[in-house]
Amino acid sequence: MCPAGALPALRVAVDNGADCVYLGFRDDTNARNFTGLNFDDAAAREGLRYAHARGARVLLAINTYPQSGNWKRWTRAVDKAAEMGFDAIIIADAGLMEYAARVHPELALHLSVQGSATNYEAINFYHDHFKVRRAVLPRVLALAQVEQVVRNTPVEIEVFGFGGLCIMVEGRCALSGYVTGCSPNMAGACSPAASVRWLQTPQGMESRLNGMLVDRFADGERAGYPTLCKGRYRVRGETYYAIEEPASLNALELLPKLMAMGVRAVKIEGRQRSPAYVAQVTRVWRDAIDACRRHPRAFTPRSEWMQALDRVSEGQSHTLGAYHRAWK
Amino acid sequence: MKIALGPLLHYWPRDAVYAFYDEIANSAADVVYLGDVVCSRRRELRLEQWLEIAQRLERAGKEIVLSTLALIESEADLRGLRKVVGNLRFRVEANEWGAVRLLQGQTPFVAGPHLNIYNPATLSLLAKLGACRWVAPVEITREALSGLQEAQLQAVETEIFAYGSVPLAFSARCFTARHYNVPKDTCGFPCLDHPGGLALATREDQPLLILNGTQTLSAATYNLLGEAATLREMGVNVLRVSPQPQGTAEVLRAFRRWADGELSSAQAADGAAAQAGVCCNGFWHGRAGMEFVSGAR
Repeated sequence: MCPAGALPALRVAVDNGADCVYLGFRDDTNARNFTGLNFDDAAAREGLRYAHARGARVLLAINTYPQSGNWKRWTRAVDKAAEMGFDAIIIADAGLMEYAARVHPELALHLSVQGSATNYEAINFYHDHFKVRRAVLPRVLALAQVEQVVRNTPVEIEVFGFGGLCIMVEGRCALSGYVTGCSPNMAGACSPAASVRWLQTPQGMESRLNGMLVDRFADGERAGYPTLCKGRYRVRGETYYAIEEPASLNALELLPKLMAMGVRAVKIEGRQRSPAYVAQVTRVWRDAIDACRRHPRAFTPRSEWMQALDRVSEGQSHTLGAYHRAWK
Repeated sequence: MKIALGPLLHYWPRDAVYAFYDEIANSAADVVYLGDVVCSRRRELRLEQWLEIAQRLERAGKEIVLSTLALIESEADLRGLRKVVGNLRFRVEANEWGAVRLLQGQTPFVAGPHLNIYNPATLSLLAKLGACRWVAPVEITREALSGLQEAQLQAVETEIFAYGSVPLAFSARCFTARHYNVPKDTCGFPCLDHPGGLALATREDQPLLILNGTQTLSAATYNLLGEAATLREMGVNVLRVSPQPQGTAEVLRAFRRWADGELSSAQAADGAAAQAGVCCNGFWHGRAGMEFVSGAR
């Protein structure tokens, strides 16, 4: 399941072996509501045509939380998804899901990671009421917990395999809203670029979010994007990455285990990333999945795959995140 | 207008918890939420002990609600959830949709602040399933709340988070264990030494957040008491005060004195603010949550 921030990314995802691509419309109905990103109607139709002609499926993320004042923009996105022929829609809000299930019963529903469903009781709730076909798990569960979910639900399970790592439960984080006024749930953006300031100072390069100092970098240190949870802060006199280091999730080595436990899809994060990133990551994961299918017991991640992925990782390092219990 | 005391978010030694709720028994709160929302590893009080506190507070005239965990990861977490839901005596606040599934159609429940109720469609779904009260998300704006109130779901009470460090985020990772460089599963509970959590500041020493185990709270104290008259006009039924390390009973008293007409909302807000360091109310005004918009009424 590969990300497409725009048509060029969609094309290279399909060309490099994605089974599915996911994208958003060009507004706050999706959680990557960034300037210059996403699809207008014409681009969405072209993306659908390109992918379908090559046997790939296209999903639409409508994964932010509508309010009564803007509710119609979200239902219109759902209506358009049905009309344009998307293969499924990825929804977070329960009320919007009720609308989609009622008005477009033929349209497949996926529960977004932003829906924060971390256990099978929650996932089965969406199955009972809206017949969701698939749920995307938040990046908080250990491997054994993922397996427990898979075993106890008729809903297909999709997990994150690679890309930027939310430390907080998705859909449950108002950190960005607290500092910038823009939150993923309400505005579809975390730590938005409009709130970011870079400043070269005698102490080093500073990154600020709405005036708040997120990090300061020494000469030669790689300066990462100031996502609020990935800054260096002071706690009891100690300055460190108090919440999380800027590293990417990379679960490639877990592929055989994920397949064996019945996980149905692996999601690659990064609709805000370049077509080059999408091409590189899609190619590696395609090769790895094919290799793992052929010889699951002999599967080991090839060093050239890991190097290729590390080159495009945030902070150029990677972690198994919550899949590895010790991370918590 | 009812005044509620939200669930205790910090981890305190058992005796401190008992002493706190002894004080609450004589406080101005009408409704008291009990139980642990934050961490399933906390063991100072078991459910049976929370139920004893509940009974004591009920005898003191408080309405009791048992709050469920906001993040449920394991089968053990689910067993704990089923025990809380299965208690036959007290109402339950559902803080994720697994709890809603267990409560739906069985018994009236409170739809908690972590269910992400941003629009009338989601609220009416929960009302159909048996919600008798809902708590707005902490980042709700005045505009979004009016949209929900205009939907006129009379049978469902509206509650809003009105005072305290704002619960901003939950994680599987424990940031207190991370600070002490100990594994979460064998953490030894260093959080017990920090009744108000661990203060996190920028490298310019500007207070930003509070690390409370797997939860992240705001450093500034949300204080919506200055907007209380507006909230009443909008049909809000319950104002939630979140337990703080100090001065909670005084804050509840300020809310009560406003509700009883003894103080204006501005006077009462000042009284409550005296128990806080820096106050914020930006979320309500559609601004950065950490900001404080003064004299907005």
